[in-house]
Amino acid sequence: MTETLLEVEGLTRRFGSGRNVVTAVKDVSFTLARGEILAVVGESGSGKSTLARLILRLLPPTAGSIRFAGLGDITRLQGHKLRPFWQHVQAIFQDPFATFNQFFTVRRFLERSLGILDNPPEGREREEAISAALRAVGLEPSDVLMKWPHQLSGGQRQRLMIARALLLRPKLVIADEPTSMLDASLRVTVLNLLADLRREHEVSILFITHDLGQAFYLADRLLVMYRGEVVEHGPIEAVLSAPQHPYTQRLLADVPRLGSGRPKMTSPDRWAPRRVPAGE
Amino acid sequence: MQPILTVDRVHAVYRLPNGAEVHAVDGVSLSIAEGEILGIVGESGCGKSTLASVISLTARPPLYVSEGRLIFNGHSVPLTALDRVPNDWRGRVIALLPQGAMNSLNPTLRVRDFVVDVLRAHDHSIDRRIAIERARERLEQLSLPPRVLDSYPHQLSGGMKQRVVAVLSTILNPRVLIADEPTSALDVSSQRALVNLLLELLERQIIGSIMFISHDLPLLSNVADRIAVMYAGELVELGTTPQIVRAPQHPYTRALLQATLVPERTIRGRRIEGIPGQPPDLRQPPPGCRFHPRCPYALEQCRRERPPLETIEGRQVACWWVARQHRTVPSMEGLAP
Amino acid sequence: MDVVAAPQKHTVVRRGPLRLLLSILRLGGIGVNARFWVSIGLLSAILIFGLLGPALLGKRDPLRIVGGLYDPPSSKVWLGTDNFGRDVFTQLMYGTRTSLTIGLIAGAIATGIGVAIGTLAGFRGGMVEEALMGFTNVVITIPSIVILILLSIAVQSRSILAMGLIIGITSWPWTARAVRAQTASLRAREHLDIARLSGAGTLSLILWDIIPYMFSYIFMAFVLQFASGILQEAALSLLGLGPSNTISLGIMLHWSLLWEAVRTGAWWAFFPPTVFLTVIAFALLLLQSSLDEIFNPRLRRK
Repeated sequence: MTETLLEVEGLTRRFGSGRNVVTAVKDVSFTLARGEILAVVGESGSGKSTLARLILRLLPPTAGSIRFAGLGDITRLQGHKLRPFWQHVQAIFQDPFATFNQFFTVRRFLERSLGILDNPPEGREREEAISAALRAVGLEPSDVLMKWPHQLSGGQRQRLMIARALLLRPKLVIADEPTSMLDASLRVTVLNLLADLRREHEVSILFITHDLGQAFYLADRLLVMYRGEVVEHGPIEAVLSAPQHPYTQRLLADVPRLGSGRPKMTSPDRWAPRRVPAGE
Repeated sequence: MQPILTVDRVHAVYRLPNGAEVHAVDGVSLSIAEGEILGIVGESGCGKSTLASVISLTARPPLYVSEGRLIFNGHSVPLTALDRVPNDWRGRVIALLPQGAMNSLNPTLRVRDFVVDVLRAHDHSIDRRIAIERARERLEQLSLPPRVLDSYPHQLSGGMKQRVVAVLSTILNPRVLIADEPTSALDVSSQRALVNLLLELLERQIIGSIMFISHDLPLLSNVADRIAVMYAGELVELGTTPQIVRAPQHPYTRALLQATLVPERTIRGRRIEGIPGQPPDLRQPPPGCRFHPRCPYALEQCRRERPPLETIEGRQVACWWVARQHRTVPSMEGLAP
Repeated sequence: MDVVAAPQKHTVVRRGPLRLLLSILRLGGIGVNARFWVSIGLLSAILIFGLLGPALLGKRDPLRIVGGLYDPPSSKVWLGTDNFGRDVFTQLMYGTRTSLTIGLIAGAIATGIGVAIGTLAGFRGGMVEEALMGFTNVVITIPSIVILILLSIAVQSRSILAMGLIIGITSWPWTARAVRAQTASLRAREHLDIARLSGAGTLSLILWDIIPYMFSYIFMAFVLQFASGILQEAALSLLGLGPSNTISLGIMLHWSLLWEAVRTGAWWAFFPPTVFLTVIAFALLLLQSSLDEIFNPRLRRK
């Protein structure tokens, strides 16, 4: 592998206190190389979104450390000291409706995003950078720049978030379920844009999803989370062809593949009580 | 097979406050046979959920049915006048398992109070103990823990809630269950459990047939006997599951299957393309075929004339291009992607 | 359809300051809210009466003596005269103007302070929140009328502006508490995360990412503070602590009570200002409750 970009060590986050304490993320460690796509797969409540917010430093961890190439340990940074980190790490969130300030036009949204850079482009240069980023994700600048978020479709909004990432040129993009609210046909388009981001700009991507199919399409490596813990971690093909942990095995068995209709009527013991997993 | 329920030329519109009309369902006809699972697939805004509320007799303003009939056992009623639908059809003939069913439970009532409400709606004189007993028997029969009756909704997991609602909404043994995206908010394992439950309800003949509405083609392909594909308010293709999955004809069905990502080696290292463009604005649907602005095969005719549903290769397809291919190429074998 | 269902919860907050007027006009047009139009009608009538009345009717000096002690209404003095022989109708016009001005200033100041403290406390949380809300709670527990009386006595010349200020700086805590709760509920929204990742600081986040989302709420809080400011002014003036060298609805009541208008049956001296105060407060509360319905469609009656 090439140089390591992100190194997460023993990351833990607990919520609440006393008897109500919940460990959302428990002792998670992994590394991410430059230009690599790592998929984090888990069901709802597995702690994968909390992990995203911890690594983005939008939420302080209870224990553990996050190291970033060139910046060292960024686990304890606060306030404006996080600026250099956020210049290199950006996010795409799940809900394309909630991530936009409804009172900003697309132009204002993108211009404001440039505020994280130390020397943001000005004037003509800025116009060109914005137009280029929008065109790269298949949006026509003259169509969208003056629009309000509610005038855009869900797919257009997620593309806009990718354009934002292109504009800021981060080294790492954390994509938290970026496609789960999109239709299948748009989903592929967004995943392709993420793949292009990696291929053309060597951006590393932490791709968080509940959908093994999408992880398999996009990622190099796979990390499976179950109730806050990493239960399986390895190259994606290896994990999917020979899953080791029972949870991964069950997850993989339960994902529907393209079939040929309803299974034929079976013996009565087909309806034997299904073992309900501990998570239920 | 003799259809148990037929939906004939349904046309439904949403009337917006500003006077505009959204033609959410436009001339859709379907029928479902006893013991059958009919899948309806399509993306958001294609009208599948609207169709579900129309067929389940739960259409409420601003949704209006401007045309269409429902035929059950030879008895035909207009969908435009819901007051002419016999009262006992709701729940006994047709029942709805809604999208967010798990949120349809009142959080302040125990599940058993909900059961009593459901049964009382159809039989005012039913005794509370008898109602709860019936629900208990039904849950036991389906190997679900009867103690859920004593729980409040928040004490149950999302998957369990959805299964409980599925059991309770079918307690009157409806002949057709309309399941509208019943699995879309669930994790894969809970999805599977719910699907198994629905299959069991059908095989035990507690329900007569299922209309299973979903955006999830892989899931549907493991459940449905036949699949109807909807696009922009219209039915574009209807065939048996193997026909739709293995040899789709309509360009939209093909593109939808192309864009389906399953964890199989086939999708690895290959660039899959989505469908360019966006679904049309149904306030002003495009003339001709509604898919033509996004269709790679669009002909001149597609821009002008609306393609009728024709029987081609044993299934129904509404596409001029497919019709032309079929006329010039005698065999369609091997044309599937 | 999952995606289509999602935007519904966002429609409430979508109305920006610019769209406020538009939304009001549009919603009024389809007859959602008759109460809204009743309150607007009442308020417009009162405003025209107070602001344009004196000029239109050529009655320019409310303090000029035109008759004797409690002259009954006549064709010359439409609502009779007060204890000093001044025209009650003219006083009513000027008094309405003064009361509205003081209410407006008090409402603006109370809303401004309340929003500043409430947003900061709700947004920062932790120690900042506890300190600010502790201070707010202390201010709430002190009876505001006592502060008002002490402040009014301490200030030598009480201009209209000073009165508004005094009332404003004693009545912000309720707004601060309500705004804090709203801010805390907005704090976890994803658009704030994106703004943070864009390098936005606390002030920028509060100003651009929090306040616009609460604009309708803040506006309603302002209308309530406006109404309560007018009533507080009346209460102070009734005690003789009203603005100097001018007339207000409260001052009219003050003199009529002092000169025993009730006992002498000079109803024209105390009845009109009482009716006006009641109607203004009623119209503002009606406006607030109808706006609440417009901004929160869930409250709408079927």
